[in-house]
Amino acid sequence: MRDPSTSNDRSASANRTAPADIAAHDEMVRAESVRDDTRRDESSREIVLHDDSGRTTRREFLKVLGGGLVVVLVTRDAFAAPVVWLQSGGAPAPIADGESESVAEQIAAWLHIDDDGAVTVYTGKVEFGQGIRTSLAQEVAEELRVPLDSVKLVMGDTELTPFDMGTFGSRSTPQMGTKLRQASAAARERLVALAAERWGVDGSTLTAADGRVSDPRTKRSLGYGELTAGRKLTETVRDDVTLTPAERWKIAGTSAPKVGVRDIVTGRHEYTSDMHLPGMLHAKVLRPPSIGATLTSLDDGTARAIPGVVVTRDGDFVGVAAPRIADAARAISALHARWTPTAEAQPSSSEIYDYLKNTKPKEDGGGERWRRTEPFVQGNVKAALAAAPHKLARSYRVAYIAHVPLEPRAAVAQWSRDGGREKLTVWTGTQRPFAVRDDLAEQLGLRQEDVRVIVPDTGSGYGGKHTGEAALEAARIARAAGHPVKLVWTREEEFRWAYFRPAGVMDVSAGVNDDGTITAWTFDNYNSGPAAIRPMYAIANQRVEYHPSDSPLRQGSYRALAATANHFAREMHIDELAELVQMDPLEFRLRNLRDGRLRAVFQAAAERFGWKRAAGAEGGSSSNGELRAAVSAGTATPARDSRTSPRRGVGIAGGFEKGGYVATCAEVEVSGNDVRVLRAVTAFDCGAVVNPDGLRNQIAGALVQGIGGALFEAIEFDHGVIRNPHLADYRVPRFSDTPSVDIVLVDRKDEPSFGAGEAPIMAIAPAIGAAIARATGVRVRSMPMLPEMRKQKAGSREQ
Amino acid sequence: MPIRLEVNGRRYSVDVDPAQPLLGVLRDELALTGTKYGCGEGQCGACTVLLGDTPVHACVTPVSSASGKPITTIEGLERDGRLHPLQQAFMDEGALQCGYCTPGMIMAGVALLRANSAPTPGDIGRAMEGNVCRCGSYPRIVAAVQRAAKGSDVSEKGGRP
Repeated sequence: MRDPSTSNDRSASANRTAPADIAAHDEMVRAESVRDDTRRDESSREIVLHDDSGRTTRREFLKVLGGGLVVVLVTRDAFAAPVVWLQSGGAPAPIADGESESVAEQIAAWLHIDDDGAVTVYTGKVEFGQGIRTSLAQEVAEELRVPLDSVKLVMGDTELTPFDMGTFGSRSTPQMGTKLRQASAAARERLVALAAERWGVDGSTLTAADGRVSDPRTKRSLGYGELTAGRKLTETVRDDVTLTPAERWKIAGTSAPKVGVRDIVTGRHEYTSDMHLPGMLHAKVLRPPSIGATLTSLDDGTARAIPGVVVTRDGDFVGVAAPRIADAARAISALHARWTPTAEAQPSSSEIYDYLKNTKPKEDGGGERWRRTEPFVQGNVKAALAAAPHKLARSYRVAYIAHVPLEPRAAVAQWSRDGGREKLTVWTGTQRPFAVRDDLAEQLGLRQEDVRVIVPDTGSGYGGKHTGEAALEAARIARAAGHPVKLVWTREEEFRWAYFRPAGVMDVSAGVNDDGTITAWTFDNYNSGPAAIRPMYAIANQRVEYHPSDSPLRQGSYRALAATANHFAREMHIDELAELVQMDPLEFRLRNLRDGRLRAVFQAAAERFGWKRAAGAEGGSSSNGELRAAVSAGTATPARDSRTSPRRGVGIAGGFEKGGYVATCAEVEVSGNDVRVLRAVTAFDCGAVVNPDGLRNQIAGALVQGIGGALFEAIEFDHGVIRNPHLADYRVPRFSDTPSVDIVLVDRKDEPSFGAGEAPIMAIAPAIGAAIARATGVRVRSMPMLPEMRKQKAGSREQ
Repeated sequence: MPIRLEVNGRRYSVDVDPAQPLLGVLRDELALTGTKYGCGEGQCGACTVLLGDTPVHACVTPVSSASGKPITTIEGLERDGRLHPLQQAFMDEGALQCGYCTPGMIMAGVALLRANSAPTPGDIGRAMEGNVCRCGSYPRIVAAVQRAAKGSDVSEKGGRP
């Protein structure tokens, strides 16, 4: 094994000080620095890193047009940090793995400044609507001191961009943003040095602004392109450059409009599903009648008889292609297939929670991807529970839900020949282009370098597009057809054959003193996951444990992962504990919270919402008293009859995940069996804000999306069949479900910037749950809450 | 029998099954891919186009029933490089995230503004309830429609084919 730190130091320091002993690296720099008069040629630049023994360990080719400056940022642990929990269960294809690899040495980013001063940044991250094509460009423009519109990002192309683990886990801003700032700052330093060299002055006397280096004393200045004109410079730099503090940002920190927005509003933006290649065929895939079924026999005679139709079969995989999509659809219908259902037991949604709680993950198959976490234990929770004057034990549930990205999975696959070798290019909307490339290479028997995956800016994913199902299917069909192929999944295929946010059970018990101090806490999560599982409250005695299970449905990442489920259970429990000791739920939280930033968002949300007045206005001690009686009796008795007149209630909840502090207040109206969220206020702190308007858009979107999972989204299934695979049966939030939304940004310019795609979704469900309890006296401990609330209300009426 | 269509002021003749949904004809035969497939069941509105002044889900509209009426798609709103006020308002309000629902949203909004030049948020929600924005940008979409309504006489001539 090489020593990564050493090899990193070498390649990095080589460029700063050019020590003579690093011959190989020096040679590379010399080769790249030679004067090149053939400008505007398409050329490759080779970056070679060496380990201690001088062997080549990594080789990358930069395809850049013409001369100018290329800066390559090498970092030791760019992507080694938080392991993202991802798993698969049930059938069919497993979710590709890869999160576990810890990359010791990594080219994190590169950028090119051409002779005209235009900046091209290469990053493996992808744009799915979260806005990083804009925010990352802002960070580059800021550090480079260039106008924002001179920066262009090439994203998610395995041939052009550096390796990247994937776009998930809210890592683009804290990790890629930082790397790009470092590369940009290093490039700026190099340009200043070039000017100093040319003018024979000390670089520290020069300034860089608006794409130019200037000498304030002589008033002379040179554009970046003029400084590198006619030369090809390649710099490998390390990540220890000084960055511009957020207090001094001029481009980052502003609400720059979304890059490419005009193409979207005019319909010009080309999503994968909009692509067309010459000779391209449209493809369809034959799906089994139930999960895990195997193909026993296939009669494809009628389908093949349709002019232009190609049918391909490989084991259980059957695909068709035709010049017209209508013919491909006809061909699929004309296939006569016999399937054998799996012999394995397939539990249904009605029994799923008992099943998950009482089942262990399988040893084989998906089991390897379970990431069991060690239980977190602190103090003596048994003794503390026994001694607590107030105790509360409850069980919470969350259902499987679907991501429903509005652009379904899609891929365009094109095969070519290079000498004797088959090469494959696939355009597809995946959050993990490099993992999909590796998967395609493995499944199709190709070398990695013969597969190129390109990710056009995509019609959303929310964690649902980590995989490359459509890419592999399109590639197989295209290989058989001898033509490029486009495959776009139908909405029904998305519902049936993508993966889901895991269902889960959370058992929580707690002990509280008379003064509202939580003294004991146990939390057991079955299946849904360990994200944000530990309480942010200061509790002396705790046991927190995640229990993997055997999911009958394919499950995986979803915006915020299990942080939503764990916050739902935790914050609903906290709300009920506050009621138990007759304290205001905000006051109760503040009593048990030490974290200043989390306290601050709770207070900011409460203030904007008018929490004190709102919480005092309805309910109060009398309903608390009733509820307390109901709680001690072990039942959830409605305090009032809300069948006739609409009831309003407010709730508050919050938490911390992936660098984001969030608190949400919600007001709901319950009339009969319906719940409407009237207004929601979220306060959010993710450090220094890179693009305030983009951040607000993310937070509001998360709130709206969170309402779906909170109130009505659920996948229903039995015997391996999804029972509601249509938008008519699976309700997603619409205009009428949208509350009035107010957002308080807590912009901490003194703190590093973190991502915001996920944390803002965590608090809305428990805030709604608490509000429903205040409005009706009914505590609904199951997401989605609407069907459960109806059930509980119906049950209480019958008594 | 070829089917005659008038799309964004241009005349086409297409040789397809008359029962085939208009959406596939627009996208695959006429290469007008601004109109999106989202569900194929008339439930999400990503495929919204105008037949005359009426918004329809192109994914469940047989192409034959679109013959003889002027069809407007998202590509037909821009005039000589000038955006329709609602397109501009979507940009000004930042009323999108991934943008996949945006063409359908804009077409539904344009239809609403033609019928109601000063819609309330309630009017907008009711008129556009059939359009899903999975990214949840609804509040901004409402703001964009209201901004377009205030900003110009869109109901009269803006963006008309």
